[in-house]
Amino acid sequence: MRATADRAATAEQYQGVVADSRWRRLLAANGPGYLFLLPWLLGFLGLTLGPALVSLYLSFTDFDMIRSPEWVGAANYVRITTADPKFAAAMKVTLTYVVLSVPFKLIFALLVAMALNKGVRGLTFYRAVFYLPSLLGGSVAIAVLWRQLFAGDGLVNAALSHIGIQGPSWISHPSYSIYTLVALSVWQFGSPMIIFLAGLRQIPTDMYEAASLDGASKFRQFYKITLPLLTPVIFFNAVVQTIDAFKAFTPAFIISGGSGGPINSTLFYTLYLYQEAFGNFRMGYASALAWILVLIIAVFTAFSFLSSRYWVHYDD
Amino acid sequence: MTNGITSAVAAPPSDITKRSLPASIVVHTLLIMASLLMLYPLLWMVSASVRPENEIFSSTSLIPSSIDFTSYVRGWSGLDITFGRFFWNSLVISLLTVTGNVVACSLAAYAFARLRFAGRNFWFAIMLGTLMIPYHVTLIPQYVLFLNLGWVNTILPLVVPKFLASDAFFIFLMVQFFRGIPRELDEAAMMDGCSAWRIYWKIMLPLSLPVLATAAIFSFIWTWDDFFGPLIYLNDMDTYTIQLGLRTFVDSSSTSDWGGLFAMSTLTLVPVFFFFLFFQRLLIDGIATTGMKR
Repeated sequence: MRATADRAATAEQYQGVVADSRWRRLLAANGPGYLFLLPWLLGFLGLTLGPALVSLYLSFTDFDMIRSPEWVGAANYVRITTADPKFAAAMKVTLTYVVLSVPFKLIFALLVAMALNKGVRGLTFYRAVFYLPSLLGGSVAIAVLWRQLFAGDGLVNAALSHIGIQGPSWISHPSYSIYTLVALSVWQFGSPMIIFLAGLRQIPTDMYEAASLDGASKFRQFYKITLPLLTPVIFFNAVVQTIDAFKAFTPAFIISGGSGGPINSTLFYTLYLYQEAFGNFRMGYASALAWILVLIIAVFTAFSFLSSRYWVHYDD
Repeated sequence: MTNGITSAVAAPPSDITKRSLPASIVVHTLLIMASLLMLYPLLWMVSASVRPENEIFSSTSLIPSSIDFTSYVRGWSGLDITFGRFFWNSLVISLLTVTGNVVACSLAAYAFARLRFAGRNFWFAIMLGTLMIPYHVTLIPQYVLFLNLGWVNTILPLVVPKFLASDAFFIFLMVQFFRGIPRELDEAAMMDGCSAWRIYWKIMLPLSLPVLATAAIFSFIWTWDDFFGPLIYLNDMDTYTIQLGLRTFVDSSSTSDWGGLFAMSTLTLVPVFFFFLFFQRLLIDGIATTGMKR
């Protein structure tokens, strides 16, 4: 009897040791990895995943930061999409901005990159000059400068008056204000230009040699060689720049003094979201706006990747 | 930065792609005109900042009739608190952000690039996924969290997340670089009984200075220029960064003191311009290889 109990005890102990050493092995194999990952993991759980879930919940509530959130179902989403003229205005402004600024920016970037690609003397100088605005462009100082450039008594009108044109006050005119922001974005074509330049350098020169031996014109070479081989880079730039354009905030905020005016003509989506959240403290409503922005970006990205099958060439 | 694109950037183009003389004159003329157009607003702002006040709007020319630094003096103390304070605040936040990003992101990047552990690919995919999520989605709950912690109106909400590798983009950048470092080096060290920590500290980091510098410079510039974060978390003028100071200046003096405004605007651009002058190569290679947005 006693012997059996003893045996059982040792068996238990033995199993304990096995389990223990299994744990130890598991820890030895995975411990260092998770230890190094720990800061990011904490940040991901506490600052990304947790908040994202909370924000999803808040988007179905009324929440003003004073009283606790009150569940309202899909009411926020319904109101945003059916009965919110400011949302409609913000969508219109943002889409106009995206549709105008991204293509123009990319076309400029590609043209300049092509001009610089063919062994121009002073390449580093030109590249630096064209890149500088996109490095400085995100700051308030540049938005301040832009506000002056396109003011009624600003530099652009002073230049126009030399050739006898009396320009309007561009930034305070509801029909023109958005174009000053588009111009600011296009002015910062430097970083897509550098990516295009890197892409152009990847195209083997013997392709052009062969093409010109066959008598293909420059235009035909561009159309048949450069453009197709550059499509992955064009695709990348287009996606990155579009997502960025959807998230633009600072220039509109500074140029309109935070209002998105005149008459909501510079009310970028993110500016509207900011006003709702931190001006009116409608945190639930603003959370719903944030999730709609995610949805828009996700749909756009998914659409780009689906369409890329038909126009992006990945054959190496 | 060790991959093909960078070397392609550096490679000289072959003769076949060179232009004829007339063509290259046309190209240079166009490029010079474009350069002038690009730089004109910036140069004009700098020149306006050293012009006598009454001359700022009277001319579109870049050369002032006389150099006058009074705009800088006026602008520096144009608000209740001087710009010295704003510069100091920006500097503190930027340097702490750089530290946080470099430390936390390199730790995570080392784990992803070199260490084996269960769930590595899963977490890596999650990390890449977080790059796609606009920060607006986490903004409001984060704000509520920091408010409850009593962190609003301090630099903590702007800095602490960086020590938790919240700028996951830099993790990605470093993983790419770490993967290019020959594995034999750390395998040999491991044979000799080196711990993961020692390999990270003694082998990976010293060999990764270029990518660490790129990450440091970009995080400095982005933090220095950041407007949204400080706008939300800093409310007392005491705590303002340079970007908030500038914004307050615009609002308070939009028509009266353009000289002071341009002087301070110019000053805020100086650190970024300095990085641009001295680390251009690093910045451009960083963009060419990873497609960073700015």
